[in-house]
Amino acid sequence: MMASSYNAKDEDGNITVSGPGGGALRSKKPENTAFKQQRLPAWQPILTAGTVLPAFFGIGLFFIPIGIGLYVTSNNIKELEIDYTGSDMSSPCFNCSQSFSWNSTKPCTCTIPFHLDQPYDSNVFMYYGLSNFYQNHRRYVKSRDDSQLNGDSGSLMKPSKECEPYAYFEKKPIAPCGAIANSMFNDTLELFYNNPNGTKVKIPLTSTGIAWWTDKHVKFRNPGGSNPNFTAVFQGTAKPVNWRRPVYELDSDPENNGFINEDFIVWMRTAALPTFRKLYRIIQKKDDLLPTLPRGSYTLEVVYNYPVRSFEGRKRMILSTISWMGGKNPFLGIAYITVGSVCFFLGVILLIIHHKYGNRSNSADISS
Amino acid sequence: MERFHWVQHRCRQLLEGQSVQHWYSAPNGVPDKNSQDAHCSPHRVSGKQRTVFGRHGPHQQEYETISRNYKSNVIRTTKYNLLTFIPMNLFQQFHRVANLYFLFLALLNWVPVVEAFQKEITMIPLLVVLTVIAIKDALEDYRRYLFDKKINNNAVRVFCGKQKAYTDQRWKDVQVGDFVFLSCNEIIPADIVLLYSSDPSGVCYIETANLDGETNLKQRQVVSDLLLQGVEFSPESFHSRIVCENPNNDLSRFRGYMEHSSGVRVGLHNNNLLLRSCTIRNTQTVVGIVVYAGHETKAMMNNTGPRYKRSQLEKHLNKDILWCVVLLFIMCLTAAIGHGLWLKNLKDPVFQVDEEMSPALAGFCVFWTMIIVLQVLIPISLYVSIEIVKLGQIYFIHNDLALYNEQLDSRILCRALNITEELGQIQYLFSDKTGTLTENKMVFCRCSIYGVEYPHEENAHRLKMYEEEKTEAAVCSMTLKSGYSVKSLSCRSLGCNRSSVSLNTLNTESEEEEDQLFGKRTSAFCSRMAKEVVPDPELVKKLNWLSCPVLPLSEGSPGTPSSLELTYIIDFFLALAICNSVVVSSPSQPQNVVPEAGTPLRSLEEIKLMFQHFSFSPFSALTTISPPQIKSSPGSRQFTHGKTNSFTFSTPPSSTTVGSESGQESSLETSNLKLHLSARRERGDIGQLDSRETEGDISKTKINPDMAKQDVEGLTREMDNDDELVYEAECPDEEALVHAARAYRCTLRGRSADSLLVDLPGIGPLVIQLLHILPFDSNRKMMSVVVRHPVTGQVVVYTKGADSVVMGLAETPTCAEQAQEIHTHIRKQSQKHLDSYAREGLRTLCIAKKVLEEEEYEVWLKRHLLAESSIENREELILESAQRLETNLTLLGTTGIVDRLQEEVPETIEALQRAGIKIWVLTGDKQETAINIAYSCKILCPNDQLLTANCGSKDVCAAILEELKLEVQRCEDSLTRITSKKNCGNSFLCTVASFILVIDGQTLDWALQEDLKSDFLELSRRCKAVICCRSTPLQKSQVVHLIGKELGVITLAVGDGANDVSMIQMADVGIGISGQEGMQAVMSSDFAISRFKHLSKLLLVHGHWCYSRLANMILYFIYKNVMFVNLLFWYQFFCGFSGSVMTNAWVLIIFNLLFTSIPPLIYGVLDQNMSADLLMGLPELYQATQTSQVYVPCMFWITVLDAFYQSLVCFFVPYFALAGSDAGELTLGSPINASALFIILLHQVLESHTLTWIHVLVLVLSGGSYFGFVLLLSVFCVTCNPPTNPVGVETLQMSQPLFYFVCALTTVTALIPRVLFRALHNTLNPSAVLKLAPMDKVNSEKYHERMQRWNLSHSKVKRLPLGADNPGLEPSTASEVS
Repeated sequence: MMASSYNAKDEDGNITVSGPGGGALRSKKPENTAFKQQRLPAWQPILTAGTVLPAFFGIGLFFIPIGIGLYVTSNNIKELEIDYTGSDMSSPCFNCSQSFSWNSTKPCTCTIPFHLDQPYDSNVFMYYGLSNFYQNHRRYVKSRDDSQLNGDSGSLMKPSKECEPYAYFEKKPIAPCGAIANSMFNDTLELFYNNPNGTKVKIPLTSTGIAWWTDKHVKFRNPGGSNPNFTAVFQGTAKPVNWRRPVYELDSDPENNGFINEDFIVWMRTAALPTFRKLYRIIQKKDDLLPTLPRGSYTLEVVYNYPVRSFEGRKRMILSTISWMGGKNPFLGIAYITVGSVCFFLGVILLIIHHKYGNRSNSADISS
Repeated sequence: MERFHWVQHRCRQLLEGQSVQHWYSAPNGVPDKNSQDAHCSPHRVSGKQRTVFGRHGPHQQEYETISRNYKSNVIRTTKYNLLTFIPMNLFQQFHRVANLYFLFLALLNWVPVVEAFQKEITMIPLLVVLTVIAIKDALEDYRRYLFDKKINNNAVRVFCGKQKAYTDQRWKDVQVGDFVFLSCNEIIPADIVLLYSSDPSGVCYIETANLDGETNLKQRQVVSDLLLQGVEFSPESFHSRIVCENPNNDLSRFRGYMEHSSGVRVGLHNNNLLLRSCTIRNTQTVVGIVVYAGHETKAMMNNTGPRYKRSQLEKHLNKDILWCVVLLFIMCLTAAIGHGLWLKNLKDPVFQVDEEMSPALAGFCVFWTMIIVLQVLIPISLYVSIEIVKLGQIYFIHNDLALYNEQLDSRILCRALNITEELGQIQYLFSDKTGTLTENKMVFCRCSIYGVEYPHEENAHRLKMYEEEKTEAAVCSMTLKSGYSVKSLSCRSLGCNRSSVSLNTLNTESEEEEDQLFGKRTSAFCSRMAKEVVPDPELVKKLNWLSCPVLPLSEGSPGTPSSLELTYIIDFFLALAICNSVVVSSPSQPQNVVPEAGTPLRSLEEIKLMFQHFSFSPFSALTTISPPQIKSSPGSRQFTHGKTNSFTFSTPPSSTTVGSESGQESSLETSNLKLHLSARRERGDIGQLDSRETEGDISKTKINPDMAKQDVEGLTREMDNDDELVYEAECPDEEALVHAARAYRCTLRGRSADSLLVDLPGIGPLVIQLLHILPFDSNRKMMSVVVRHPVTGQVVVYTKGADSVVMGLAETPTCAEQAQEIHTHIRKQSQKHLDSYAREGLRTLCIAKKVLEEEEYEVWLKRHLLAESSIENREELILESAQRLETNLTLLGTTGIVDRLQEEVPETIEALQRAGIKIWVLTGDKQETAINIAYSCKILCPNDQLLTANCGSKDVCAAILEELKLEVQRCEDSLTRITSKKNCGNSFLCTVASFILVIDGQTLDWALQEDLKSDFLELSRRCKAVICCRSTPLQKSQVVHLIGKELGVITLAVGDGANDVSMIQMADVGIGISGQEGMQAVMSSDFAISRFKHLSKLLLVHGHWCYSRLANMILYFIYKNVMFVNLLFWYQFFCGFSGSVMTNAWVLIIFNLLFTSIPPLIYGVLDQNMSADLLMGLPELYQATQTSQVYVPCMFWITVLDAFYQSLVCFFVPYFALAGSDAGELTLGSPINASALFIILLHQVLESHTLTWIHVLVLVLSGGSYFGFVLLLSVFCVTCNPPTNPVGVETLQMSQPLFYFVCALTTVTALIPRVLFRALHNTLNPSAVLKLAPMDKVNSEKYHERMQRWNLSHSKVKRLPLGADNPGLEPSTASEVS
């Protein structure tokens, strides 16, 4: 092949015909290269029962152990969910849920006792969960101004149009603007361990470290840089309509106040699905010997602010430990096991087919 | 660089073409074909005329007023300039509905309630497409600009009024009315009427290669009476006015007249016009006046865009796209209703932003939002992709070595860019015969004069030898001594006849032998062969009788030709030599002028004497006024022209030079051409004088007949020594005939516009005054020259034409009985010879002559001149005039010319037939010739049953069709019975015995009529092949149209000549063979190849590939879009149908535009579902694409279903894995997108049949670019993409094992069904390849065995002598099917 292509080039050089324009015409002979003659070495995958067999068995053998592993991992995660919506007459929060309005100034508190059958060993993550809350609604998702949240002082005073109708309140720009911020979850949850001796011990909840590192340090920034005087910075802005406090009073810690308040940041990352949970607090493990949450009875104290009844939503408090693959979710393990078994089963069927019919195709192997 | 230009050119064509192409194209998307057809209609031009004055002549003022509106010679082929580029280009681009669709979506996104993404993002696809195309357009336009500039600045010498001289000017400064001075080899800058030529006879030669690719020289002539005006033409003295038609694009027509100041009008026609971009050749200097300049020149007006044909697949695709639209509509409607219902059930939710909207209105808005969100479902980019893929495919077709012709150094030329896949679906192939199946390199083979056949056995032998020694080719038309004759040979008289003949008795070589030998055959056969004709000894002997003018008075001796016969022979050769339009040139004499007739070999006196001696011969027999002499006997010596009865003979004094010398014709003024030219007015008189003078006494001598043998040798020797004359003929028949005449020393030496120089045996150069040439046209099927005989001064018409016409026009002189007898005898014999020639597969021509009376000629001349100078209906009038002249002809003789098959034609045909393509041969040739050629190229197999339909009336035609149909039915029934009994699943063997329909032109006319159409179709559908002989170009296209339309099949027409143009244009795929007959066929074709054999690779391999590639790519594209869009759709169920998406809008838009767009293109260009060798080896595989197995509706739905399944898996596995967790929107989207990408790319891998490093590279790059993009976005895009903020999402995701577990599970689960389906399909139902491979071996073995046996049993027949006029070899009709 090398030789022939060499020849072709030689000819190209020799045959030069003077055209009428004076330019030299080369021989029109196409080059004899593998590419141009479409003879590139190629792998021709022909899927037959015989060739596919090993893949199916392989997948089966590979997936089933993984599935088992995932399932076990998921099962080891301890998780507790408490619905405190109060839609039930029997629920302790029923009253609170009835007498609700965004603007009520009198906080309503309800107490829900629960019992942990098993001790929670590692760090425990405390979530609040909302159901039927469409945080992924198209208009809702857009209703925010990222520049404002990024500390842009221009956007602070002049929020994006996307924030409408939550951009201005009485001609003052709202900070943070938009529907997402406006509807921020504002229940306060507290956990108490009921000591067998009758005392209630407040469990310390860490409110930092619950947001993504990138969100906290890159995406969300307070305006005015490191100016600790938030009041001055947010001068001339209005608080979101549904909020009780302006944004610069969310926390006393300046590292967790204003736009970089982690509760706020967590809320601002809109959930993908209408039933979701968001990280609320972390119960740090203090002692290697003692479980983070020992067995026993607890009390959840809720300052009930957030209304969900209008859209038939539910509110939950979730306590969960976490593994390398996230929260408790047996689906993945089961799915792996199922798919693995199906593959294995199909492999067996293919094996039978291959033995019955495979000879035919074997005789006619195509050489590439 | 060249290649780059080519690609650019293609791109431009593509883009230009697109502006009027698709279903989504502008309202003016009339198929290009119509506009092409419009060229043909003669009255495209308004009746207005243009008047041209010399620019620097006396008519300055008139010139100013008139020429103001004429375009100057500046050409501008660019579409834009710097200022107009952007608006014009945008305007052009928005002619495409695809772009309008994008624009509509972009605008829709500006409506606030509907808005789905940010405004900029929806603009991206539109902007990308517009920019890419705009850049391409700009580059292309710039290139054209440079080219224009170069052209416009070419220098040319133009007469300048001030300096009174020719000065160098640039092309662009040339104006209408300018006088242009051109030298040899210069390119003509504008359309110019020729006013002066340095050639003494006022002739100029041009080469039109730049225009139509024909390299032979064409002769142009100075306006007829300008020659007389003086020696040197001076522009200042040009006072004439030129009136001609308005600019049009008909290259072959120019009508007008020139009015001199004296008021005399001279007709102008095409012969006076030099076209722009042609080259002056063989003429030193030329002066002309510009009549059309710049864009009004015919060359520029012929610059049409590329052809556009819409392919079947595309039509099919459009249907599927409509389904996609329906799907989109359903999905959007679902979302709209869902959103309405969802809203209705909500009471004042906190996440509801626009509270005031009613659910119905909100639903309505969501509908439009969803259209934006799901826009990808309509694969508009598919159209662009298809075009790109076709470009790629064409690139590879263009570069195929197998489609390259070494001899001509020509590749395949792809003129249509968008029907590559049609090549894979051809079901009917319509082929011309001459030049397509055969070489169209003619070799004179046999002739018959005066009813006597001269078989030229040595010549035939030599032809055979030539082949044998060179290639040992076993089959060519010469060896096909076709022992059969079809019963219906003489059926014309019966009114109708039909027969079905088994071709078993045909002689043939064994299959194997052929197969071996054809491989070796080269096509180097021709040029020498065509030139060298070994003369027939018999004929040479007879000629010698004449050259040594021993008058065969002693008729008693056998073999002595009668003088009447001699005159016939001489006239015959003279006609061969001069009745043509051959241009003569010789290397030693580059100037193509008639050489000054050299000194004759003997003194003028002698010639005169000799002529006197023969003066009777050429004319007397034909002159109607001299019948009494013929009365006596063919052997009678008594000829008269006037009073002469005695003969003089002068012994040649120098007879040693070239055998014996003598002349049958002579000229008195051979010595000086100039004299001849200037004296042409008086010629008539001189001629008459001559004849009177020459009526002298004639003496006779005896000649030694033994000399004949030596003479043959002498002749050949002379031929060798003869200086090389090069004949350039427009049609190869002519060349062959001229060479044949030359072999008998009747040599055409030169030609000028009004004279011919002919060497005659024994005399030397002789000038014959040429009065008219009535060129060949397909209506008359003949051509004639009118010459004034230099000696007798009589006007003689020599005619050569198709036997059917000439035989009809050749009338028996209504005179003496004896003469009549002779004539009837000649005609009968000639007809017999013609038939036998035809049976041998020779092309037949009849040569005839006619002597015109002076008065008769005057009358005719007057009307002819009138016809020539008329502007309206010139063609019709000239035709009529020619027809008036060509009557009452005297048949001189007939010729048989061999036209060899092209190499590998039988193999190609066999392969195509095995591929399930029905082959029709449409030819203008005789039935016998056609059948013979059909046989030799294996359209007919020995087992085939021949059905012949010839009839004279419609009723009979109907009856025949009916009867044939019944017969076919009967045979088919019996066949199926046999096959069912044998239980042979072997389809190939069963189809061997099939039917071939042979139909002639007249019958075809009936059959094509409305009421018989269906019968004809029904019949032809059941035949393996159909041969239409004696068909006109119109019929050819009618047949193609009928089959294509009524049967709904894809047709391919292949041809090489102008008579195939209509057929080529009518067919779905038109293929032109660039051969001997000019470029018309090529110019109107979609693909131009140089050899018929290229068809097999083109169709079987490239067609198959192109089709399956495109079909697979389309399916893949649809799959890809449906799959991806459905992901978004499923999400709507979880976001209240609000039109929200779980992906970053950028990723969403670019996903289709970048990440997954290249692999399908590569797939579409490079995939090979089967190897080329396999496809060539097993033509049956073609049937898979032919019947569109890949792209059937069910495949579309399977694909869509598969896409639905995959999208379900791809969405719900991540959904369940993340359900109830704290996943944000993008966190959910991330694994979904990633696994969608994996699935889509791996799906591609599963679907493609070959994977090369290019595939792998592209796949890796595609995947890599996605991850690169999203990672970059998640690192750097802090506030860049406001609503959905990607910062940190992907980095976080990809650092978690969960992401990979989800992706792995999703990808595997989604692809399992496809893998399983493929595996099961390939195992349980092995594809055609696997099935056919073993079967083929059995087939071919069996077949060869059979053929061998058959050959053995028929070998006797083979040895039978050539059955030229032996009707006894007719096969019996009884042996129908073996």
